Amino acid sequence: MRIVPFIISAAVTAGLVVALNTPLSVGKTKTPRLGYFLSPQQGFWQNAEPENQSFDANIVTDGLQDKVEVLMDERLVPHIYANNDNDAYYTQGFLHAKFRLWQMEFQTYVAAGRLSEIVGPDRISTDRFFRRLGMLEGAEATMKKMANNPALQAAVASYAAGVNAYIKSLKPEQIPFEYKLLDYKPEAWTPIKTYLFLMFMSYDLTGRGTTTDLQMTNSKNYFGYEDFNKLYTNVQDSLDPIIPKGTVYEAASVIAKAPASLDSLYFAKTASVAPSGPEAPNKSNGSNNWAIAGSKTKSGKPILASDPHLGLNLPSLWYEVQITTPTHSTYGASFPGSPAVIIGFNDSIAWGVTNAGRDVLDYYDIKFKDSTMQEYWFNGAWQKSVIKEERIKIKGQPDSIDRVAITALGPVMYDKSYNANGSDGKYLAVRWTAQDGSSGLQTFYELNRAKNFDDYLSAINHWTCPGQNFAFASVSGDIAIKQQGSFVARWDRQGDFIMPGQDSSYLWQGMIPSSENPMIKNPERGFVSSANQMSTDSTYPYYLGAANAFPLYRGIVINKKLNAMSGITPQDVQALQTNNDNIFAEMAIPAMLKYIDESKLDANDKKYVGYLRNWNLRNDINEVGASVFRSIWDSLEVAVWADEFKNAKLPLQWPDESTLLEQMLRDSVILFQDNISTPNIKETMFDALTVAIKKATPYLQQMEKEGTLAWGAFKDTRVNHLLKIPALSRLHLPIGGGVHIINATTNNHGPSWRMVVHLVDGIEAYGVYPGGQSGNPGSKYYDTFIDSWAAGKYYRILFLSKEAAKQNSQFKWRITFTHA
Amino acid sequence: MKFIVATLLHAFLAFTIGLYSQFPWWLFIATSAVVSFFIAQAPAKSFFAGFIGLAALWAGLATGKDIANAHLLSSKVAQILPLGGSYVVLILVTALVGGLLGGFAALTGAYLRSNSTK
Repeated sequence: MRIVPFIISAAVTAGLVVALNTPLSVGKTKTPRLGYFLSPQQGFWQNAEPENQSFDANIVTDGLQDKVEVLMDERLVPHIYANNDNDAYYTQGFLHAKFRLWQMEFQTYVAAGRLSEIVGPDRISTDRFFRRLGMLEGAEATMKKMANNPALQAAVASYAAGVNAYIKSLKPEQIPFEYKLLDYKPEAWTPIKTYLFLMFMSYDLTGRGTTTDLQMTNSKNYFGYEDFNKLYTNVQDSLDPIIPKGTVYEAASVIAKAPASLDSLYFAKTASVAPSGPEAPNKSNGSNNWAIAGSKTKSGKPILASDPHLGLNLPSLWYEVQITTPTHSTYGASFPGSPAVIIGFNDSIAWGVTNAGRDVLDYYDIKFKDSTMQEYWFNGAWQKSVIKEERIKIKGQPDSIDRVAITALGPVMYDKSYNANGSDGKYLAVRWTAQDGSSGLQTFYELNRAKNFDDYLSAINHWTCPGQNFAFASVSGDIAIKQQGSFVARWDRQGDFIMPGQDSSYLWQGMIPSSENPMIKNPERGFVSSANQMSTDSTYPYYLGAANAFPLYRGIVINKKLNAMSGITPQDVQALQTNNDNIFAEMAIPAMLKYIDESKLDANDKKYVGYLRNWNLRNDINEVGASVFRSIWDSLEVAVWADEFKNAKLPLQWPDESTLLEQMLRDSVILFQDNISTPNIKETMFDALTVAIKKATPYLQQMEKEGTLAWGAFKDTRVNHLLKIPALSRLHLPIGGGVHIINATTNNHGPSWRMVVHLVDGIEAYGVYPGGQSGNPGSKYYDTFIDSWAAGKYYRILFLSKEAAKQNSQFKWRITFTHA
Repeated sequence: MKFIVATLLHAFLAFTIGLYSQFPWWLFIATSAVVSFFIAQAPAKSFFAGFIGLAALWAGLATGKDIANAHLLSSKVAQILPLGGSYVVLILVTALVGGLLGGFAALTGAYLRSNSTK
């Protein structure tokens, strides 16, 4: 009888199947289902794209009105030639999905607060944060607004149909690599996902207030308003605003009246809260753009440059595309997840955007009757709140329900169940312009088709959130820049801190009319530019928001250089975009040297001070002076501020670098230069600098020994995969630049798309982004552009008619879409 | 001869059923059991025919994909799993997983036959 061995071997087989078909826990992470993942016919091997892959295809689909032809160039950029606009967006959706499906879906999971569905319980706090912030409500409000706009609504619907046509065509083994790794499957795409993605961009560019408003409140409570106002000053001596100083503004048509209780209820000590939720959007989320008039260019035609600075990720946020239909022909960087071109050009105009940095998010301190949050006190009566139940699905666990109270002042972010350290049982509602939805997609839709300045202006006037500086140049010779968005008309310091929420006196009193937003067209100096600095000087009649939202130095150096340049070529503009001059160091080093007391330094200290003196002030990869400067400056800030900050129990925002530098430049008494930990000694800046240098020296010696003192190695730039898996990321990239530098590349943040457009007839354009057109880590097109990007090289963009493209040897493949 | 025929059949049928990717990846255990049920061999021989058939199939398919891809993806996956970044080790692990399952499925088929024939 061999029943026993039969049972044993059957059990072993079954056991193996189960073990190899179950994700196993390794530390905090889970393995994929190993058998499935390794199966050559179903698992990751299927994603290993042949090096000589042909992208030729004929796709038969019933979603189109007409035939569409796509010519793919050697960089895998699709050039879509369609006979009508909806077919073009259908094709764009299909191609986004074909090359970037996992990423575009993943981003919308994050935006919708559904990350736990994919990655498990670790990210519940992030999911609750985004749901409480009102991401889904904002996306739904956007969708409602779209009903007024049938052409755009049809474009978004066609785009979704294209994405779904691709998803439907996928065989199970063809799903992207990351689905196999995390073990889930793509779901159908819907227009709401496009709007969720745009909400996420709003969050990325205006969401810092969710953290900074709390930190600023903590700082104000800790230091008192008077010192706060010096440490986090709204005065920037060195400011070179987007709209040149001296421009005359008309009086404000909306006057925001500050409440009478300001001193007692707002500037005084109030509720303090430590933020929780996800990491705040990066402070360096900014950008450069400029447009140069023909008077300053060699050709006599304008040149436009745009480089948005965002987190550097693989797959990239951007995807290059050309869309050509009988109504328009446009090229540029698009968002996988959205139809149309976002930053680019057409045959008549070019446009680029930078973040405006204006404050469009505030917290209100709400008084609820009890912890059920059903009634809150407002304008002298108990008001009913709406309780929303958020069901959060969690991978490998039962669903979790989050109860969110919604008040007239916004949804409640922090309460007793979503707790924040130190919130003393306070309830904080969050009000954000993005919650109202946005017709922003209309802006890009119209810019793609714009012929001239008037079209540009009417296109961007649809724009509400996130506030942006739209630079513009046209073949006909105009240049312009406008800061556009739906901005709150604020009284001074309104919304910089948590506001009282028991009556309407602290509510937003009105929005600034679009016609009063800062703008210039064809200025005498022959260029317009922006680099996230304050858009105007203090004569502009509205409060722009706390100055620490506005980086100061890139704007100064860009304007200085553009002022000095003439006979400019596109190559000069490329060199400017990748310029590594450190204007901050140029201003800071003389101010630092003034306070160095050589008698207190030993030979080692002096060696590094020597490096500082001999540095050429450029953050090129081989410069050691750049690393020495950064180390000593950081130590100096610690020497000046840390003693005052160390007793704070709640997180405070560190003062801006400009706060210390401008005081040093002013030769005024420097705030907090005395070290309060040494009550018997009155320290000065000389002592602070000695301490800073002595602190930096051993650290610099260590790096010099390890060979990492050169700036490139010190900074160690990387482009992370969205899941932060090192094997799928590109590490240790040889690229200079940094904070305050035009080439704003830091450790994992920087120019995410560099574009230079020369507005000659037929358009001469250059572009590069740190990624590749394919999102598949198994494709050689996954990271193709990264080395060029790091080296500061550009690709000449092919912007051709279908007939010309067919003759061009740089086009390699052809995808045709035909109606079933 | 029987052994070779069995091994080839294991590989061929597993490949064929694997083309139907809407079914679970492990469905080849059925074909492996069937092959060793009908081709009577000693249990050890049955096991090795199943093992070698599947290991060779998985190694072969993986290697084909890997060469065409110039080891691009396998080198990354071999860091994630982690196998020291070696695509060779990754292919061997792939072969082992397929082989073990194929072997035990075949062994089960062989014992089933000896049960039903006695």
